[in-house]
Amino acid sequence: MDWELIFSRALSAGIGTEAVIYALAAIGLNIHFGYTGLLNFGQAGFLAVGAYGLATTITTFGLPFWLGVTVGLVGAVLFALLLGIPTLRLRADYLAIVTIAAAEIVRLVVRSVALRGTFGGTDGLDSFSGDFYALNPYSPGSYGFWLIKFDHRTLWVLTVGWILVAAACAVVYLVMKSPWGRVLKAIREDEDAVRSLGKNVFSYKMQALVFGGVVGSLAGFLFALSRAATQPDLFSTELTFFAYTVLILGGAARVAGPVVGAMIFWLLLILVKTGMEEAVNHQVITFITVNQVGSINYMLVGLGLILLLIYRPQGIFGDKREIALDAR
Amino acid sequence: MHAETVNRRAQAQAAFAEVAPEPGAPKPDPILVVDDVIRRFGGLTAVDVKHVEIQRGSITALIGPNGAGKTTFFNQLTGFDTADAGTWTFNGRQLNGLPAHKVARQGMVRTFQLTKALSKLTVLENMRLGAQKQRGENFFRALVSSLWQGQEDEITVRAEELLERFKLDKKRDDFAGSLSGGQRKLLEMARALMVGPELVMLDEPMAGVNPALTQSLLGHVKDLREQGMTVLFVEHDMDMVRDISDWVIVMAQGAVIAEGPPDTIMADPRVIDAYLGAHHDAPLTVAEAEQQLHEAEAELEAELVPEVEEKA
Ligand SMILES: Nc1ncnc2c1ncn2[C@@H]1O[C@H](COP(=O)(O)OP(=O)(O)OP(=O)(O)O)[C@@H](O)[C@H]1O
Ligand SMILES: [Mg+2]
Repeated sequence: MDWELIFSRALSAGIGTEAVIYALAAIGLNIHFGYTGLLNFGQAGFLAVGAYGLATTITTFGLPFWLGVTVGLVGAVLFALLLGIPTLRLRADYLAIVTIAAAEIVRLVVRSVALRGTFGGTDGLDSFSGDFYALNPYSPGSYGFWLIKFDHRTLWVLTVGWILVAAACAVVYLVMKSPWGRVLKAIREDEDAVRSLGKNVFSYKMQALVFGGVVGSLAGFLFALSRAATQPDLFSTELTFFAYTVLILGGAARVAGPVVGAMIFWLLLILVKTGMEEAVNHQVITFITVNQVGSINYMLVGLGLILLLIYRPQGIFGDKREIALDAR
Repeated sequence: MHAETVNRRAQAQAAFAEVAPEPGAPKPDPILVVDDVIRRFGGLTAVDVKHVEIQRGSITALIGPNGAGKTTFFNQLTGFDTADAGTWTFNGRQLNGLPAHKVARQGMVRTFQLTKALSKLTVLENMRLGAQKQRGENFFRALVSSLWQGQEDEITVRAEELLERFKLDKKRDDFAGSLSGGQRKLLEMARALMVGPELVMLDEPMAGVNPALTQSLLGHVKDLREQGMTVLFVEHDMDMVRDISDWVIVMAQGAVIAEGPPDTIMADPRVIDAYLGAHHDAPLTVAEAEQQLHEAEAELEAELVPEVEEKA
């Protein structure tokens, strides 16, 4: 077995494009769910709005890159408002149902045949990332150290991505230790108590939904740009559930939780996958084929999540004291 | 201090001297005036209050049997529920139709029958949350701590003073969820005071609180009157009502059926009929009171139940 290959792939995945995308998606979810208690099951929708806002503006309408970014961001804000206005006054479970449906609606709209001219149907859109890669300061080649290697394009995506992650974490850190963040955490505990103290709960929930949605759309930009293409089926509900896994793994309501969660999630995912592939290829494991490795890998993810929720529900960074209180 | 206490109480009671002990009686200086409030749940009329006034600077008790509509009435007044009909003014300003948070901002703050401690916030954070007009509660200003840190420090000083008064200063950095039921009641009351209210509405502040703590809670409620606040509270314990209230309003089946000073009310046949009935076992003589006390103590020791726990 080629252990160097296994660890090289695993370590690269731990800091690679997927880790960045899921870190951002989960930072958004952390604002929604971790801090405010909003059960948003439609985070994939925010990523889709970001990705398609960017791609459609540039590819379909031939407008400049920065306008595409603006459209994506404004789109995420509007999407949040659209979700929030009818549901944030209702019980928490309604938001969960509406968001999961809304994200599916976004996906079905962009993959629809009728709007093929605008969104590209199931094939999606491409050739919108030229301006982004034109800004790439790295000259063509392979970069890296020790077992980790990236090409210049990936390195550029990662540079921008980790800067965005750092910036998002910084903003989350600042606002969550402020009185603004205190109101959000209080809403998570008991809305009515917060109302009785003169705070406009609806407005704060809306702000949280918008803020987390905008961070989600950043993940959407990176998703589209890193692949230089965007397809509707990248934004299925699975993405949201992986983002939740990442969040819970790292620890909800912790600034670094989603980031560490994303890194560990992708590192382990690729470690196990490559490990299994290598083992099958070298006849160490003989009862499965290489084609089955992918599915088994995802089963293991599910198993891991279950074990995590049973034995360490607070995640890596969570505070055991906080979780224990729920039992009272 | 003591003389002043007597004074405030005397003042409050003097204000009621001219008030007729009947439902809907007008008060000399009402802070809250309620007219024709109706709330129905399907076929059930939970609240149907014709006219009620709450005297400023007094402690008014709202009593009535279980299901009389006291909590529902509170919910209407504070914007936590939408009344089917009715108007009410606070300090002359119309409040009906206003959402709960705006009612609180006007200076009319309530607590809940089932305590709402914010479990995963510390006691101090619970308190700070109560403060109004916080600059740091705006998203963009929140990013720059120098814009709100000064105000936060002032708020913290106020919060610590209150915590000390409510004997919670040692719990300052504990999660509110780790407090006992009675301590949560104290915290909720202290937190409501952080809002800086003119009218404090307490829904069963003593429920589930052990006798020793009850005494200190009573002291705190009287203290509010000393500081010029008006108190409207719901309570089932008649001794307590008699002890601290200047005026009593009785509800039964959604309507106000009697009003008056505590002693008059307890003797009112309508009230005894509707509410006290066979349960009216308030001690009449010193000997009886003592015997009850002994019985209660013996019971307590026998059971060794530490405290009434309450699920938040
Ligand atoms: N949300 C609701 N839906 C239906 N009926 C309700 C609702 N809330 C209250 N009621 C009914 O309204 C009546 C008044 O209830 P409320 O809680 O106001 O009583 P209360 O005077 O506070 O009683 P207690 O002293 O037991 O707290 C009861 O008959 C109750 O069943
Ligand atoms: Mg009640």
